[in-house]
Amino acid sequence: MNSRVFTCILCPNGCEIEVCHEDGRVLETEGNKCKKGQQYVEQELTDPRRTIASSVRIKGSFLPLCSVRLTKPVPKQAIFSVMEEINKAELTAPVRIGEIVIRNVCGLESDVIVTKNMERS
Amino acid sequence: MDVRDVVIVGGGPAGLAAAVALKKLGISDVLVIEREKQLGGILRQCIHDGFGLTRFGETLSGPEYSQRFIDEAEACQVDVAVNATVIDITPGKIVTIDTRDGLLQVKAKAVVLTMGCRERTRGALSIPGTRPAGVYNAGVAQSYINLYNTMVGKNVVIMGSGDIGLIMARRLTLEGAHVEGVFEILPYPSGLPRNIEQCLNDYGIPLYLSHSVIEIRGEKRIQSVVVAQADKNMQVIEGTEKEFPCDTLILSVGLIPENELSLGAGVCLDERTKGAVVDDSFQTSVPGIFAAGNVLHVHDLVDFVSLEAEALAEGVHQYLREGCLEEAGIRVKTDCHIGHVIPQKVSGNKEVQLSLRVRQPMKSCRFRIRQGGSIIREFKVPKAIPAEMIQFRIKAEDFLSREDIEVTVDE
Repeated sequence: MNSRVFTCILCPNGCEIEVCHEDGRVLETEGNKCKKGQQYVEQELTDPRRTIASSVRIKGSFLPLCSVRLTKPVPKQAIFSVMEEINKAELTAPVRIGEIVIRNVCGLESDVIVTKNMERS
Repeated sequence: MDVRDVVIVGGGPAGLAAAVALKKLGISDVLVIEREKQLGGILRQCIHDGFGLTRFGETLSGPEYSQRFIDEAEACQVDVAVNATVIDITPGKIVTIDTRDGLLQVKAKAVVLTMGCRERTRGALSIPGTRPAGVYNAGVAQSYINLYNTMVGKNVVIMGSGDIGLIMARRLTLEGAHVEGVFEILPYPSGLPRNIEQCLNDYGIPLYLSHSVIEIRGEKRIQSVVVAQADKNMQVIEGTEKEFPCDTLILSVGLIPENELSLGAGVCLDERTKGAVVDDSFQTSVPGIFAAGNVLHVHDLVDFVSLEAEALAEGVHQYLREGCLEEAGIRVKTDCHIGHVIPQKVSGNKEVQLSLRVRQPMKSCRFRIRQGGSIIREFKVPKAIPAEMIQFRIKAEDFLSREDIEVTVDE
């Protein structure tokens, strides 16, 4: 049996969660204010994932960049491959929040979507 | 001169939330004045996610969060002037605005101050050394990278562990820069624990507590910084100096409410918050001038900025209806463990939410509010840190008299 302390990143509370675990299985948690904390440490122990936010070049608007994010978290080790794909993308104004920039990025079942309305200028 | 019911100075998350809430209370004549080309304030450049969990129950990026309010403001027909900078507000509430069409003056029945805050700069810290290029405030670097597609550097040192600095450590790393480390003079981080985790630990960026940058070196461009350990009085420990080569230094060393206009209007400021002294209706020392959001006190989460600005609407509504608000004669005092409290005075006639920060990290602490000799409210929290604002309510019936109240905390 091992124990480890996690800082939950799901909400601003940032609970410090002490976990007893064995073979990737959570035996006991202490310190989480909600159930999501338990799910978070289970995920962290077996398959840590993150959502990332970045920006994509855009043509025809008054700024050169449009902000984007992932719709679902991806495995931590895939973050930089996803960034490479995001860096290749280019949009043309106008775009609206929620428009898909890259569907199923790197085959990870997460989409890159626009997070800012940008008009033509 | 044009006369408006309410003029709101600043179209960020506080100003927009106040505008929508005022409209919902039936005040039809609301004007928001924004100096930028677009509404949304600083959220336009905060492209990371994590906003909105409290206010909307889901996690959004900054631009998405502000768009929710922009859409609502549009739907309830809030008047908006963009590319318009308020340059003066008089105690009589005459607002002077610099616009593309020249100077404009508006007489407001009520003014809502929602100008937000600005960053402390190198000048405020008096870091010795040369004055090369490559030294940026975190928010400035954020706007270069996230709005203007301009990378600020490749080898970065971050001074101060404020949330924007932590967010920028991750952002710079994602964009291919190497972040040498984050140096914090205090023995604990200034930013939220979740940001230490997801912005530093995730990317193996070291956090050096009780460390500070004591010298900046380089001629045209910054070439290195000298870092040293600091003792508990924030004094440099001699012999611990170490040089770190870098081409960029990012400063994330605190935010200051932006109150030049408030001072001009005769609004009294609080030494501790650097924002206005307000009562439980968010009215400042000048009748009819109200303040909320980061211009009042620096928040850690935008959700609380919006909620505070929404709470302000009721007082403005009452002021417009009755021409004045009842005097708030009960002062809110604090003990030495509490950095500041909002509001600084209350009427004692209605429920009030107090917002405060502790000065140092504390564990299993007990907050008590006393009036006269009696404890009128008491609660415990497992931990309190300076990075997290603590909020709690006192009900109208909890007040026993018109004597001052005192908030204390012990471990």
